[in-house]
Amino acid sequence: MRVCGSRFPALVVAVSLLALAGCATVTNPTPGDPLESANRTVFKFNDAVDRAVLKPVAQGYNWVLPQFARSVVTNFFGNFGDAYTMVNDYLQGKGTDGTEDLMRVAMNTVFGVGGLFDFASQAGLPKHYQDFGLTLGHYGVQQGPYLVIPLLGPSTVRDGAGLVVDYFADPIGYIDPTWVATTLYGVRLINTRASLIGASDLLSDAALDKYSFVRGGYLQRRQYEIDGSSAAAPVYQDVGEPTGGAAAPASGAAAAAPAASAAAATAPAGASGASAAVAPTGASGAIGGANVNSGVPGSQYTPPSRFFPSFPSFHFR
Amino acid sequence: MKKLFLIPVFVALTAFSGLAAAQSADTSTPDGLMKSVTTDVLNTLKADPAVKKGDITEITRLVNEKILPYTDFEHTTRLVMGRNWLNATPQQRAQVIEQFKLLLIRTYSGALAQVNNQEIVYKPLRAASDATDVVVASQVLGQGQPIELDYRLAKTANGWRVYDINVLGAWLVPAYQQQFSEQISQHGIDGLIQFLTQRNQQLASGKAS
Repeated sequence: MRVCGSRFPALVVAVSLLALAGCATVTNPTPGDPLESANRTVFKFNDAVDRAVLKPVAQGYNWVLPQFARSVVTNFFGNFGDAYTMVNDYLQGKGTDGTEDLMRVAMNTVFGVGGLFDFASQAGLPKHYQDFGLTLGHYGVQQGPYLVIPLLGPSTVRDGAGLVVDYFADPIGYIDPTWVATTLYGVRLINTRASLIGASDLLSDAALDKYSFVRGGYLQRRQYEIDGSSAAAPVYQDVGEPTGGAAAPASGAAAAAPAASAAAATAPAGASGASAAVAPTGASGAIGGANVNSGVPGSQYTPPSRFFPSFPSFHFR
Repeated sequence: MKKLFLIPVFVALTAFSGLAAAQSADTSTPDGLMKSVTTDVLNTLKADPAVKKGDITEITRLVNEKILPYTDFEHTTRLVMGRNWLNATPQQRAQVIEQFKLLLIRTYSGALAQVNNQEIVYKPLRAASDATDVVVASQVLGQGQPIELDYRLAKTANGWRVYDINVLGAWLVPAYQQQFSEQISQHGIDGLIQFLTQRNQQLASGKAS
């Protein structure tokens, strides 16, 4: 795994950690994850950072702020997220969703005091989630290899590219003065992580191998977001007859399931997580291990560009 | 928010087995079954202070009584094991089923305590009338983005049984397939059983990992 040392030179800590950990050995190569060895190393690093820094801070945040205050914070950032989701919905030609997003933003901004309250959901306007990686996926761009990005977490080549666009499209990055933007980034990051505390605990308990659990969940979830709920259920190969005296040949699928998308990892997947409405992501994290080391969407980790002028480039060059 | 995302998990669990008062469940149609089971579980949860407090014994009892009767854990485990199922002895199979079931109950039951005012909406069932394998799709409505929650059911001699669930696009069976096959290829079936047993003991005694 020579890749592993040279890939992310900017992160001194990561590099030294790599040196310590060496490169993980991969016994069973998994289709769709040719970089598994390097990915596992980065995953470990991210996990360590999360445990040492982000999670404790998030726990403190949960302890200090009451639930009500946290929802206000979540709603505020969610309103920005809705606006960006709207753009992507329109880019994908999803007119109805986009218009719903538009109405959500208008309603929450005006009646919800700049987005502090989410009246639109109560009024029956559903919240959606889109990002640029999903837009690329919508137009048939393949996901490419699975990628664990330092600090930003699970991704793929396509979704990583999408992240760059998400990052520059984030309105918070353009707020002046810089310290306000930076503060907002920090609060959003901690708030998002804090909302995932329960899910990440659950994930640690439920996973046999956290890395592979997270990968499978992430790839499944991204594909599902692209296909929509109309996607066919997976086809399973059922090796044994039902022993309990059941009637039908069990693997069924006869009726419902198209042959295409079988296993977890076959599908194209997308990039970051989402707006502040991370609750759902957390849930799938719990079951499928979706979006976690910490579950925080990658774009929220990244400070404003003026702060770190070259930041996006060092991930992807 | 923290509570929010735990809800589907819990509901999924409950739904997994298809709760519902055992006698009164409408088992003739898959969506009817899921509706009565989830409704019953939600009602029980709201009414049971012990469960709300996260009493693990009480939760386990609830799960055993109301959920497990409507699940086919052997089917689930068989799919998760894949070809390794054929190489397993009957005792090994029974042990894997038992420990896997324990793991899921242990890890997800904590989420049961987090449920409060969620509403579940079922989508129209899209399946032929003679289908033996269907997906029942639902949405959990609470704060924020609706949570997709689907159940996969197969028709057995004893009625419809849930064998897979999908939370937000991630199905349970594929999520575990890869991990099981990695364990088995490295440590064999007995190694997998040992791993699961140890994890369950850790969880029982407090904290894992």
